Amino acid sequence: MMTAPVPPAVDEPFVTVRGLDKAFGGQPVYQNFNLDLPRGKMTTVFGPNGCGKSTLINMMAGLIPFDAGRVEIGGKDFRAARIGYVFQNYRDSLFPWMRALENIEYPLSVRGVPRAQQRERVDKLLAAFEIKLDLKRHTYELSGGQQQLVAILRALVAEPEVLFLDEPFSALDYEMTLYIRDKLQTVFLETGLTTVVVSHDLEEAVYLADRVLLLSKRPTRVVEMIHYDTPRPRTTEIMSDPEFVRTKAHALQLFRAEMAR
Amino acid sequence: MTTLERSASEPIAVPALPIAKKFRFPTNALLPVIGPIAFIGVWYAICAAHVVRPVLLPTPFVTLAFLVDSLIHGTMMQDVLATLTRTLEAFAIGAVVGVPLGVALGANLRLYRSVEFLVDFFRSMPASALIPLFILFFGIADVNKVAIAGFSVFLIVVFNSAYGVMNARKSRVLAAKVMGASSFQIFRDVLLFESLPQTFIGLRNGISTALVIVVVAEMFIGSEHGLGHRIIEGEQVLHVADMYASIIVAGIIGYLLNVIFMLLDSRLIHWNGK
Repeated sequence: MMTAPVPPAVDEPFVTVRGLDKAFGGQPVYQNFNLDLPRGKMTTVFGPNGCGKSTLINMMAGLIPFDAGRVEIGGKDFRAARIGYVFQNYRDSLFPWMRALENIEYPLSVRGVPRAQQRERVDKLLAAFEIKLDLKRHTYELSGGQQQLVAILRALVAEPEVLFLDEPFSALDYEMTLYIRDKLQTVFLETGLTTVVVSHDLEEAVYLADRVLLLSKRPTRVVEMIHYDTPRPRTTEIMSDPEFVRTKAHALQLFRAEMAR
Repeated sequence: MTTLERSASEPIAVPALPIAKKFRFPTNALLPVIGPIAFIGVWYAICAAHVVRPVLLPTPFVTLAFLVDSLIHGTMMQDVLATLTRTLEAFAIGAVVGVPLGVALGANLRLYRSVEFLVDFFRSMPASALIPLFILFFGIADVNKVAIAGFSVFLIVVFNSAYGVMNARKSRVLAAKVMGASSFQIFRDVLLFESLPQTFIGLRNGISTALVIVVVAEMFIGSEHGLGHRIIEGEQVLHVADMYASIIVAGIIGYLLNVIFMLLDSRLIHWNGK
């Protein structure tokens, strides 16, 4: 991880998008869209409803096809990259016929990693992030927050190069949201993983982010890549910090201007 | 609405509740037996009032006594086993062919679309309409009854399994895909499991249908054993106690098969509905 604050121009791009086109039913969402996401930073994606925040990370993760353009992750085609992805709805993305442990091990098992090593790797993850879970349980027996934790661990277990999260807190109650947000920060601090989080909550977007990617209405373009370099670990107290308030106000102003357009 | 308003304005009226409790039915566990007892009561009342001649409708007690006697001393057990064996054979054939084929069809949408009409058509056709056709091909031997029932089971199972795969949640398939699973792994680890609840519905309907078709086939395709044969013979020689007893036994078999499948369902597909 980088220690000294880095001036904006020196952000080292890790995920690059060039000339991306995507239309839904003839309506263009992205047209010749270009984007660089910095290595080892947490970027949150924020923008008006329907601007295609989730669509964007889904395309970068290879979950949905795009019409034209190029996505590279770590200098190679995105299809060759190891990707961790956390879905908005844990209930529909975990496998309820498997136990929690088998869910987390699944990405290793499809790669043919021996069983003993799978378990070892999961235990290491749990220890690193101080997570206590009864992994013998089936996923539907766990609480919503625990299920989303399983989903995050599953996304991390195969040591991805980039971690995408699509509104990971929107199906959780507030208490769980705070807890999982904390865990996500711990994960980020421990791994320094390039992380992209789609958020529909501006406060949360700024709180979590090194960079807030503010998107426009359709056809979508980048309004601004807002920097927020307050050191981690961050606690909820920083939400009253002048720098936080200023950054949030700036983002809100840009967002309002974009809505009024 | 009125109760809400009243309880809001008169909170002291609450002690009325324990009195109301006194009028509640004592044990909920007894509720399920009320229906059968009432049924037997009505049946007995019809006999006692001589609404129907005894030669057409014996009393429930005569019928049940005959049923027990024929099970222990008579040939009822032989017929039960014949019907049950045919039903299970037909079910096994239909399931063994139907489930893999249905899953394969469901995984291949273009293939499914091309046979969808055929499956729907045969599924909608009363299987009994095909009995003469099956007699032509299979003769009137035992294999005929199993074949036609097996065919019916197959149609139901194929449709349900295919449907289960097609309606697999896209998000789980995507999740497996982004984790690097191959098409085969996605099929084996996700689609197959996603289809299981619907497949089980097919199997449960399938075994019920198998019993229906086997009993009908036993009635109309020459056979020496089986409940269908026994029922129609009881009617023709006016041995009505035997006829009613056989009908009841057929019902019990159908009911038990259903219960077994429901238990298996909640055991094997533990995640269903959660």
